[in-house]
Amino acid sequence: MTTTSTRPIVDVRDVCLSFGNVKALQNVSLTLAPGEITAIVGDNGAGKSTLVRCISGIHRAQSGTIEFDGEKTHFRSPEDAREKGIETVHQNLALVDDLTVWQNLFLNRELTRGIGPIRFLDRKAMREEADRMVSTLAVNVPAVKSKVRRLSGGQRQAVSICRAAGFSSKLVIMDEPTAALGVQETAKVEQLILKLRDDGHSVLLISHNFSQVMRLSDQVWVMRAGRCVAGRRTTDTTGDEIVALITGSREQ
Amino acid sequence: MSSVPHTSPPPVAKTPPATTTQRTTSPDAPQGDRWHTSLRRIGFWADHAAIIGLVLLVLVFTALNPVFLTLGNVQSILVAASILMVLTVGQAFVILSDGIDLSVASTMTLGVIAFGIAFSQGAGLLVSMLSAVVASALIGLINGILVAKGKITDFIVTLGSLSVASGLALVLSDGKPISVFSVGLVNFSTHGLLIFGFPFVVAAVIAVLAHVLLFRTRFGTHLFATGGSKEAAQATGISTARIKIAVYTISGVLAGIAAIMLIARVGASEPAANTTFLLNSVAAVVLGGVSLTGGKGNIFGPIVGALLLTVLTNGLTLMNVSQFYQPLAVGIVVILAALLSRFQK
Repeated sequence: MTTTSTRPIVDVRDVCLSFGNVKALQNVSLTLAPGEITAIVGDNGAGKSTLVRCISGIHRAQSGTIEFDGEKTHFRSPEDAREKGIETVHQNLALVDDLTVWQNLFLNRELTRGIGPIRFLDRKAMREEADRMVSTLAVNVPAVKSKVRRLSGGQRQAVSICRAAGFSSKLVIMDEPTAALGVQETAKVEQLILKLRDDGHSVLLISHNFSQVMRLSDQVWVMRAGRCVAGRRTTDTTGDEIVALITGSREQ
Repeated sequence: MSSVPHTSPPPVAKTPPATTTQRTTSPDAPQGDRWHTSLRRIGFWADHAAIIGLVLLVLVFTALNPVFLTLGNVQSILVAASILMVLTVGQAFVILSDGIDLSVASTMTLGVIAFGIAFSQGAGLLVSMLSAVVASALIGLINGILVAKGKITDFIVTLGSLSVASGLALVLSDGKPISVFSVGLVNFSTHGLLIFGFPFVVAAVIAVLAHVLLFRTRFGTHLFATGGSKEAAQATGISTARIKIAVYTISGVLAGIAAIMLIARVGASEPAANTTFLLNSVAAVVLGGVSLTGGKGNIFGPIVGALLLTVLTNGLTLMNVSQFYQPLAVGIVVILAALLSRFQK
């Protein structure tokens, strides 16, 4: 299987972005295949997060194009990206502790009913739908009526991923999804990520954890100093080769 | 609510079997609820500080003076509490969004003066009322814009507008009171629905509307998200700036409504400082169990808090305690409530 066999879900071509004198991205080109887990690895400051922010609509590329699902993107904000089906699981999780699980799942996407402009929350529908969303996870299910404050780190991550996976998203971006988790919780979240792929979502994974990247991903892109320096099918490479590519001791 | 003190032994006797099963099965499963609440009795007391305090005060004052619980006195307490209740609702919205509105009382004073000027120029009751609300709403809107767009701390912005609004009130009125006589306003403050005076009815309606807005609309959820975690709210695309502006404008509008109620009560428009209203509105919100860091609380608590503070003043007056002791009593109650709130879950 090669990356060119099907139309890529995301096609990044020659993207450049500078912040003042700092060239954060220089002619970055890479593709994400649909239904796969694609990992981007690289040292701190290699430009991984900046690239992801371009894809999710937080930054805009100064030159080059980003195609999503065959269309050129002109996202002006993360909401634009979300409307097209790009969801991001943030490093800091972006959950509100004092709201319940279902309120967090539907945050800024609340279901309402009412007449004309006078609309009230449809709490029953949201709770039922949240129950359904959480039950499909089959991992570590917290009761949807409980406050997020009472959940463990893994449960919170499960809720975040559940929020990103729901609402018919096509691409789920995860920035260091297990950075703050223990061993067991990391394993559970990894199961969730694999399940996302099995459910047909494309996943873009940023991780510092090489063994995790090797375990989960189908395709790995290596970034160094603002450039995308190499791409490998995970099955065709080794952790050692990836490390060598990241540090620059080996080219291409 | 039971009359059992929180140090009562029964929960201790009940817990041992529950604890062991809890530990061996799952440490953070929700089945542990009952066990948790019995352990966190002090948390329960903290959560319901306002209503417990209110019941205690009513019991004490009734025991000390039988006049306290007569229909007439209860009616006058409810009417006396209504202005504070309206201001408190506004303050609660602001504090829930992780801000604080130090300008509520001066904004109300400016509303009072706007009313007085319009009225003395021969404007009708309706126009005068509108000018009170518009003047106060403007101050609120400016507060909100400065906080949200100017990115200045809430505390500083509203400290400034406290001074600006009361200064404007003094300048516009030239420091003199204007007497306002209107049959409509007199009727408003002396009549009512059934046993409830109109001012209290207005306050109650506002409180119910505020509750619906907070818990039954998207705006309410977004307000809680903004107050609870601004970053999370923004990450999900909520415009926290719009929420902030809305919240301060609501506080301003309510200050304007309170201004009309104050004029109906006093019968004049005077540029008084009304500092007690500011302190009591914050105190009532704290008593009502709203977290000062935002994102947690309700409307019922602060309303009960406002009622509690009014009951305290009323009871002390009935017992012929000098007025000088009232701020002292309010201060002690508020500090006790704040101490208790540390035990909130």
